[in-house]
Amino acid sequence: MTWVNAVVQGVLLGAVYALFACGLSLMVGVMRIINLAHGDIAVIGAYLVWVIAERAHVSPFLALIAALPVMLVVGHFLYIALISRSLRGGPLVPLLTTFGLAIVIQNALQQLFSPDVRSLGAAAGAITTASWRVTGALAISWFGILILVVAVLVLGGLELFLRRTGLGRELRATAQDPDAARLVGIDARAVYARATAIAVATAALAGAFLAIRSTFEPASGPTQLLYAFEAVVIGGFGSLWGTLLGGIVLGVAQTLGARIDPQYSILAGHLVFLAVLASPRGRSLAARSTWT
Amino acid sequence: MSRDPRPGAGDGPRAPATSPLLDVASLDARYGLLHAVRGVSLALGEGDKLALVGANGAGKTTLLRAIAGAHPASGGSVRFAGADVTALPAHRRVALGIALVPEGRRLFPDMTVLENLLVAGRRARPGPWTVDAVLDAFPLLRPLRDRRAAALSGGEQQATAIARALMTNPRLLLLDEVSLGLAPVAVDAVYASLTRLIATGTTVILVEQDLGRAMRIADRVVCLLEGSIVLDGPAASLTRERVTEAYFGLRSAAAPPVAP
Repeated sequence: MTWVNAVVQGVLLGAVYALFACGLSLMVGVMRIINLAHGDIAVIGAYLVWVIAERAHVSPFLALIAALPVMLVVGHFLYIALISRSLRGGPLVPLLTTFGLAIVIQNALQQLFSPDVRSLGAAAGAITTASWRVTGALAISWFGILILVVAVLVLGGLELFLRRTGLGRELRATAQDPDAARLVGIDARAVYARATAIAVATAALAGAFLAIRSTFEPASGPTQLLYAFEAVVIGGFGSLWGTLLGGIVLGVAQTLGARIDPQYSILAGHLVFLAVLASPRGRSLAARSTWT
Repeated sequence: MSRDPRPGAGDGPRAPATSPLLDVASLDARYGLLHAVRGVSLALGEGDKLALVGANGAGKTTLLRAIAGAHPASGGSVRFAGADVTALPAHRRVALGIALVPEGRRLFPDMTVLENLLVAGRRARPGPWTVDAVLDAFPLLRPLRDRRAAALSGGEQQATAIARALMTNPRLLLLDEVSLGLAPVAVDAVYASLTRLIATGTTVILVEQDLGRAMRIADRVVCLLEGSIVLDGPAASLTRERVTEAYFGLRSAAAPPVAP
């Protein structure tokens, strides 16, 4: 039964990773832009929710609803002010500028909020501790289920958005051939700015859920970025359903690894990631990224 | 002048003194160190069909891309429908009614034929071209609507590329090397649709290697040599030999420029 429990908890953990990976998947897989500050932007989201919840004395869930539109605007300006400018210098320059941005964000957060470890868990109330006890050895947390449902809705919703809406089609067209996209009237900058806004808002959502589920601090970002990258690669570029699956595979690998020995938890996740990279599909991913 | 040229609008006699639809004045464009387009001036009226010929590297593609806004002009100006568009990016020119079918077709490979059409139609000018109308113009595409563009044959891709450009409801259609890399039978199929389309009065600049085809379709031929116009005249009055001489720069073949 403990193995079943490990798998169930792994799926719930994986939903958090998938939510973190969602915006990264949109930017790496569809727009072919690597945003190394993605994890730190998620942490900004967590702090924003924390500030709103503290100042306005509201539940973190209400604060999150107020924070999301702010983060959409932040994402829009992140693209206009930083990413689109650095893209002019070639595809590698955004890598450097977002790496720099990550360092700036971490230090700014430390300056503003001190390096203290915080959590929104207590403020979120009973939902974070309530669980449904299936058997003696298996309990499913309500909050875990909530995150899983939100992850399925957000990733599935974005997948539908990419396939079925005009803006989604414009985004895919621009990613596949930016030059041809301009020639059919698409304003690539406006389309990418909106996509970045969506990516940043989903990062903030993930950051807030992490803050409610466990703890966060100014330096939490890079670890989350790493897991998000692994989820995107395991699930395959360009597919958000794949990213959801990739996050869950990563989560299950970590909890199963921890079941064997707690120190194998993170390692097991990395091993699955490396196995996918070494597989024929991983090699085709590497080949794809050279011709696109 | 009608803002919205429907098929048939160009059939009647043109008023001689109206301002041209496209007016390119001493246009320069560079391609790295290469001065690809040198002081090209060209005016085109509504309903004109111009064939742009010239050897490889003569600057035909760069000229078309500069008119479409996909290549920056380093000098001169492009006016379209009375407005100076020289500084406008390509997507804004599409909104005004300039559509380029680029060399190599450049479809969105992982999208279906229908998605390729829809994405171009999203910000289209109002006009007669809808998904149904372009599928009527290119009937071979109707059964292929849900096929990925990358899985199409060359001829089907070219038809999709032209159909996609039409979805923006252009007033001026720029066609670059429509037959390049296609089997002869596919070229015939694409040209069959194209000839019908052009007969409806669409204003066209056509870049075509096959001189015979170009001269059959166009009512005016312009020949580029090393980035400059060396021949400009009505297709009916030019012989193949005359164009060939200009094409290879065998002698100064500049005909007096013909008012569009």
